[in-house]
Amino acid sequence: MKRRRLVNHLMTALCGFGLLLALIPLGSILWLVISRGAPALNLDFFTQLPAPVGETGGGVGNAILGTLSMVGIGCILGVPVGVGAGVFLAERGNGRTGDAVRFTAEVLSGVPSIVVGIVAYGLVVLPMHRFSALAGGVALAVLMIPALARSTEELVRLVPGSLREASLALGVPQWRTSLRVVLRTALGGIVTAVLLSIARAAGETAPLLFTALNNQYWNFKADQPTASLTVQIYNYAVSPYQDWHQKAWGAALVLLLLVGALSLIAKALARNRFGTAR
Amino acid sequence: MGEVAARHAEPSGGRSSRTNLPDRAWAVSLTVFGAAVLVVAGVIVGALWFVAAPAVKTLGLWNFVGSRQWDVTRDLYGALPFIYGTLVTSAVALIIALPVSVGLAVFLTEMAPARLRVVVSFPISLLAGIPSVVYGLWGLFVLVPLLRKPIEPWLARTHFPLFSGAPIGLGYLAAGVILAIMILPTITTISIEVLRTVPGSLREAALALGATRWEAIRIAVLPYSRAGIVGATILGLGRALGETMAVTMVIGNSPTISASLFAPGYSLPAVIANEFAEASGSLQTGALAALGLILFAVTLLLNVIARLLVRVSQKGPARVAA
Amino acid sequence: MKIEVRGLDAYFRSTHALRSVSLGVPANTVLAIIGPSGCGKSTFVRCINRMHELVPGARQTGQIFVDGKDLHARGVDPVDLRRRVGMVFQRPNPFPTMSIYDNVVAGLRLNGIGGDHAELVEKSLRQAALWDEVKDRLHTSALSLSGGQQQRLCIARALAIGPEVMLMDEPASALDPIATAKIEELIRELRQQLTIVIVTHNMQQAARVSDHTAFFYMGELIEHGETEQIFTNPREPRTEDYVTGKFG
Repeated sequence: MKRRRLVNHLMTALCGFGLLLALIPLGSILWLVISRGAPALNLDFFTQLPAPVGETGGGVGNAILGTLSMVGIGCILGVPVGVGAGVFLAERGNGRTGDAVRFTAEVLSGVPSIVVGIVAYGLVVLPMHRFSALAGGVALAVLMIPALARSTEELVRLVPGSLREASLALGVPQWRTSLRVVLRTALGGIVTAVLLSIARAAGETAPLLFTALNNQYWNFKADQPTASLTVQIYNYAVSPYQDWHQKAWGAALVLLLLVGALSLIAKALARNRFGTAR
Repeated sequence: MGEVAARHAEPSGGRSSRTNLPDRAWAVSLTVFGAAVLVVAGVIVGALWFVAAPAVKTLGLWNFVGSRQWDVTRDLYGALPFIYGTLVTSAVALIIALPVSVGLAVFLTEMAPARLRVVVSFPISLLAGIPSVVYGLWGLFVLVPLLRKPIEPWLARTHFPLFSGAPIGLGYLAAGVILAIMILPTITTISIEVLRTVPGSLREAALALGATRWEAIRIAVLPYSRAGIVGATILGLGRALGETMAVTMVIGNSPTISASLFAPGYSLPAVIANEFAEASGSLQTGALAALGLILFAVTLLLNVIARLLVRVSQKGPARVAA
Repeated sequence: MKIEVRGLDAYFRSTHALRSVSLGVPANTVLAIIGPSGCGKSTFVRCINRMHELVPGARQTGQIFVDGKDLHARGVDPVDLRRRVGMVFQRPNPFPTMSIYDNVVAGLRLNGIGGDHAELVEKSLRQAALWDEVKDRLHTSALSLSGGQQQRLCIARALAIGPEVMLMDEPASALDPIATAKIEELIRELRQQLTIVIVTHNMQQAARVSDHTAFFYMGELIEHGETEQIFTNPREPRTEDYVTGKFG
C-alpha cells in the first residue's frame, strides 16, 4: 500500500511538472519579446521605411501596412465564403452534401500553410507573372475558410430553435428568419470567430514568402509585391546584423500586440455576448 | 409531441413543399457557399498538381522520392533528405511533447482543482496563438545558444550515437524541441476534451475498488480515452510535419542525411520556404511544389485518420468492451 | 365555423401522430385541447398554421379550412397564413437581440415594414395587459422581463400582426400561478376579437378559459363538446378517466 501511494504521489508530481514545462517556454518567449522588443519601438518604427544596411533608424511602417492590407484582402475573399459555408452547414447541412462539406472543412484546416502558399502561387502569381499582395491575400483567405466554416456552424447551431419558430409563426419567410433572427442572434459569436481568424492570418509567414514576397518601399497596389510584418521578422532574424536582430524583436512585439489585441477584443465580445444572452 | 424541434426546418416532400421563390433562392445560395468549400479543396489539389506536374513527369515520382541528392546547380532533385528531416524532427517533437501534454491534460482534468484548469487554459491558448515566426525568433536566439553551450555537450557525454558530432546548436534537435513546444497546446487541449468525456462512473468504480487516484487513471481513464489521445497526437504530428518558419530558422538548412540529432538538416516545408521564391526554372519550382504535394498528401492522410479517431472516441462507450 | 378540420392525419417519419381528426371551432370562441403527453395536442395546433410541415420528415393528409378556405389549396402561401393565424409557444421566446418595442413589431420589421409603429406597440401591449408594466422601458432588452411578462410580450408580438386566430401551445406551463392567472384572464379578454385554440394539460385551466374542449388520446380525438359537458358529463369512459385524474 505504501508503494502504491508513493507511485500515486510520484505520478501526480510528474504530471504537474508538465505544467511547468509548458509554462517555462511561454514565459521566456513573452519576456524576451517584450524586453528586447520594447527598446526598438518609437514613432519612426511604426511610420518609416526600413533603413538600408549600415544606417540606423528606420522602421517597419510598410510591413505593418502590408500585413493589414493582405489580411484585409484575405477577409474580403475568405469571410463571406467561410461564414456562408458555416451557415449552410448549420441550416441545411444534415444531408450527405453537408457531411462531405463538414469533413472537407475539417481536413482542410490541417493543411500546412506553406502548401497553401504554393497553391496561391499557382493560382495568382503564375498567371499574373508577378508576386503581389493579392496572391498573399488569396493564400490567407484559403487558410481562413475552413476554420471559419466550422466555428460559424457551431455558433449558428447554438441559436435556440424556439427563436426560429417564433419568427416563422409570425409569418416571416424562411430566408428572412435565417438572416434576421438566426444569424442576427449568432452575429456576436460570428464576429468573435472572424476576429480570431484575422489574428491567426496576421501571424502567418510561410504562405506569404513566395506570394507577396517582400518590398522595401510603401506599396498601395494589390498587384505589387508587398512587405509584411512576419516576413520582415524572418528576414531581420536570419540576417547577420545586430541592429536588424533588434528590429526583429521590435517587429515581433508589434505583431504580438496586434494578434493579442485582436484576441482580447474577440474574447471581450464573446463574454459580453454571454452576459446579455442570459 | 411536447417539443417539436423545427430548427433544421427544411421543406419536406409531398404536397406541403410549396416553398416560395426567395426561400428557394436563399437555400440555393447557402448550398453554393457550402459547395465553395469543396471547390476550394479541389483548387488546392489542382493548383498543387499544376505547379508540380512538370517536375514529377521529368524526374519520375519514385526516382524523386528515393534520391538523396539535392543540388540545384546540377539540376539534381531528390526528396529524401527533406522527408528524413521532417520525420526525424517530428519524431523528436512527439517523443518530448506527448508525455508532457498527456501528463498535463491528466493533471488538469483528474488531479488539479477545476479552477486551475480554467486558469491554465489561458496560457495554453496563448502558447497556441503565438505566430510561428516568433517561435523561430526565440529558437534562433535563445534555444539554439542554449543547446550549443550547456545542453548538447552534456548530452554528448552519454556517448549515445544520436548525440554525437559538433554541438553547433542548429540542427534536428533544435527543430524537434521547438516543434514540441508548438504542438504541446494542440495535444493538451484535445486530450483535455477527450478526458472530460470519460464517464465519472468509470473512475468511481475503480476508486471504490480501492484503487489510488493514479491507478484509477491508469486502469479506467486512460484506456477509455486511448483512441481520442491517439487522435490528438496525430493532429499534433500533422502540425509538426507542416510547420515551416520555426523549423526553417533553427534546423540548419543542409540537404544532407545524418544520424546524429546534433547535425544540421532540412525539412520539406523549410526547403520550400527557402528556395521557392528564388527558384530558377520550372524544374526547381516544380520539384519544390512536388515536395509540397508529398507534404499535403501526408498531412491529409493524418488528418483524416485523426478526425475519424477523435470522432469515434467522442461517441465513446461503444468502444469500452474492446 | 372559423376553423374546420376534416379527416386530419399527421405523421413524423414513421410515427402516426394524429389519426383522422375532425372538428370545428366557431368564431370568437376558445377551444381547449387536453390530453396526456404525446397525444398529438401540439401537432394538432401546429397543423393549423402549417408549422408542422417544417419538421423534417413531417407529413399530413386531410383538410383544414380557415374561413372556409383550404389551407393546402394551391396558391395558399404558408407565410401569409401564419400572419392570419398567430401562435404562442410553451416557453416564452422573445428575440434576445431586440428591445421590448422591437419585439412587439418584430412581425412587421422582419418582413421589411419599417417606420414608426408607436401606436401599434401601445395597442398590442395594452391588449396583452403588459403596457402599464413596460411603458417606461420600451427600449430595454426583452430579456429584462420576468417569465410571465415575456410570455405576455410574445402574445403582444403575435397580436401586433393582426391575426384572426391565435394558437397557444401550453402558454402557461412554464409560468408561476400569478403569471398563469394573468394569461388566463387575457385569453378570456381576447376572445372578443379572436378565435383561440389553446393546448393545455392543466384541466382546471381548460375549464376556466374555454368554451369547448377536445380530448385527445394517442393521436385520436376521443371526445369534443362544450367544456362544461366534457368536465361534468363526459360521454366517453376514457374522457371521464382522464378528467377525473385516473390517468395522464
